Amino acid sequence: MSDTWILLGATSSMARAMARELAGAGATLILAGRDMDDLRATAADCTARGAVSARAMRFDARDPESFQPIIDATDGDDTVNCAVFVGSMPPQDRIDADPSLIDGVVMDSFTGPARFLQMLAPRIEANGAGTIVGVGSVAGDRGRLGNYVYGAAKAGFATYLSGLRNRLTRAGGHVVTVKPGFVDTAMTWGIEGMFLVAPPEAVARSILRAVDRKRDVIYTPFFWRFIMAIIRAIPERVFKKLSI
Amino acid sequence: MSWKQADWSGWGRALTASGQLARPERQSTLAALMRDTPAPAIGGCRSYGDACLNDGGRAVRTTRLDRVLSIDPEAATVTVEAGVTLGDLTRLLAPRGLLPAVLPGTGFATVGGAIAMDVHGKNHHHAGSFGQHVLSLRLLTPGGPVEVTPGSDLFAATVGGLGQTGIIAEATLRVLKCKGDVMVVTERRVPGWNDFLAALDGSEASYCVGWIDATATGDRLGRGILEEGETGAGLIPPPGRARSVPFDAPAAALSPPVVRAFNAAYYNRVPRGGRTVVRRIGEYFFPLDRIHDWNRLYGKRGFHQFQCVVPVAAAPALRRILERIAHSGLASPLAVLKRMGPGRAGHLSFPMEGYTLACDFRNTPDAVALIETLEDATQDAGGRIYLAKDALATGAAVRSMYPDHGAWLREVERVDPEGTMTTDLVRRLGLRNAA
Repeated sequence: MSDTWILLGATSSMARAMARELAGAGATLILAGRDMDDLRATAADCTARGAVSARAMRFDARDPESFQPIIDATDGDDTVNCAVFVGSMPPQDRIDADPSLIDGVVMDSFTGPARFLQMLAPRIEANGAGTIVGVGSVAGDRGRLGNYVYGAAKAGFATYLSGLRNRLTRAGGHVVTVKPGFVDTAMTWGIEGMFLVAPPEAVARSILRAVDRKRDVIYTPFFWRFIMAIIRAIPERVFKKLSI
Repeated sequence: MSWKQADWSGWGRALTASGQLARPERQSTLAALMRDTPAPAIGGCRSYGDACLNDGGRAVRTTRLDRVLSIDPEAATVTVEAGVTLGDLTRLLAPRGLLPAVLPGTGFATVGGAIAMDVHGKNHHHAGSFGQHVLSLRLLTPGGPVEVTPGSDLFAATVGGLGQTGIIAEATLRVLKCKGDVMVVTERRVPGWNDFLAALDGSEASYCVGWIDATATGDRLGRGILEEGETGAGLIPPPGRARSVPFDAPAAALSPPVVRAFNAAYYNRVPRGGRTVVRRIGEYFFPLDRIHDWNRLYGKRGFHQFQCVVPVAAAPALRRILERIAHSGLASPLAVLKRMGPGRAGHLSFPMEGYTLACDFRNTPDAVALIETLEDATQDAGGRIYLAKDALATGAAVRSMYPDHGAWLREVERVDPEGTMTTDLVRRLGLRNAA
């Protein structure tokens, strides 16, 4: 029996790259997201690339009704793993103009996926195995002028993952927190000020390496650990005047 | 919709463009984009000249729409998104005993690009052109999506049609059922021009191509190596890591003495009596892909590839073209001679029954002047030049080489009356103007 992987937010290019890697290794895939046509195309592609099976399922972080069917679809699988790629980042000025947008950002980037993982956790405990990959962001390491609502949601998610790791480790499960820097995706395409942009394929490979080695928290590409260490070390008194 | 200001160039790097690029990751994004701001597609940018450029305008990069949607080993067909590369597709098909029916010299070209250029491969004399294996296309024209099948005017204007009818979103291709995963290749030295033509004419191999020493003159004019290949079953170690050229090489790297010495060594590498070797599929079809960015070997100013095809009866004219290249001393080691069959699928498809010669030149004023004379000679010989390679030709000459230009133009004007799909190549050659 092959490993089952649920990918939440499987329309993202990082998730697609990871799905392809997993397909090549012969995994069983559940590709979950909102754009069903796109998910079906990725599922077909994963089947062509060696997945035992790949199916598209609807997942909407803002609609908890969509959660249970996905978990039910893994009934009877020996090892169930899950990688979370969902999140949304409307421009900060749009949030400034319409504060109600905060609710959606928090649901997409934190509470939606956290609630799903909360429902999945007993399955991992029962199986005594299973890995959860939570893709956060370096934006969660420090609240910045440009995207602090998104950053706050990702920081909340990172703290949640830390606690979940604490819980699942006792039962034989594992949680990897991934903090990507700038990745060459539709989200960053054409945005000014991008540097050291990593291809999604490289991020996917480093995530799977971290899964194999049971790493807890990774920055990808690795040098972001140093960049963020510096940014975190800046005293608040100074940081509040910077716009980085 | 996300557009990014970018500078880019074709594989030859002699011409560049500066404009707005989009790179959709979903079909729904691509469709919305074609509805709101129709723009020509670019793929792997492996055409050499300006076919993939739109200076001061927009272009849609399809490389993220690269999924394989279905493989039917029984029927030997595949359906793919048009941004998938031929190398990727070849790797996925090989374990299933399938092979794309036509493969050009690089695996980094996309399926969409291969269709828009109606590319050919080392088996053209048997298998015809890439477009002849296209069973259907989902084409996003500026007026909306259309299913396009062979036999229609739109098909003939789209295949080999330089992207002027819209963006190819998906394609269904007929593929070959092949024996296995390696190529059995026989290499033979050919001492001169007449022998080379005779060898190409006489070859019965499925795949056949000639490397030619474009620096050899006199009795040795047209000497080279004939490579004949067949697919086969067997085991061979996986490929090593691809290497890349990290910087632009200085001009001396490809100076005439270096090229002459390289070519002599390359020729003598094959034993006098010939040899048969086993190669990986990818290594055989895409020999240069293992060196990423090999175009940088030509330096910052880039290079040009001249490729023409002339009818069988015009072989003496092709010999004169090669003589001119050899005497110029400007040729690089990359020169290829092939027999071509009549197979072509579109109005502006390159192939015609005859011989095709391709040769690379570093981008220098002398090379540009030489290529211009070669193009005139091609026209006089009743041949044509390959628009996927060209960066220098003039419109009147090209329109006379492509007699179906009028039929192509009628259909293109019907589906894209506003000219939103125009590219630098099309502008330079005036292809959207009536003759």
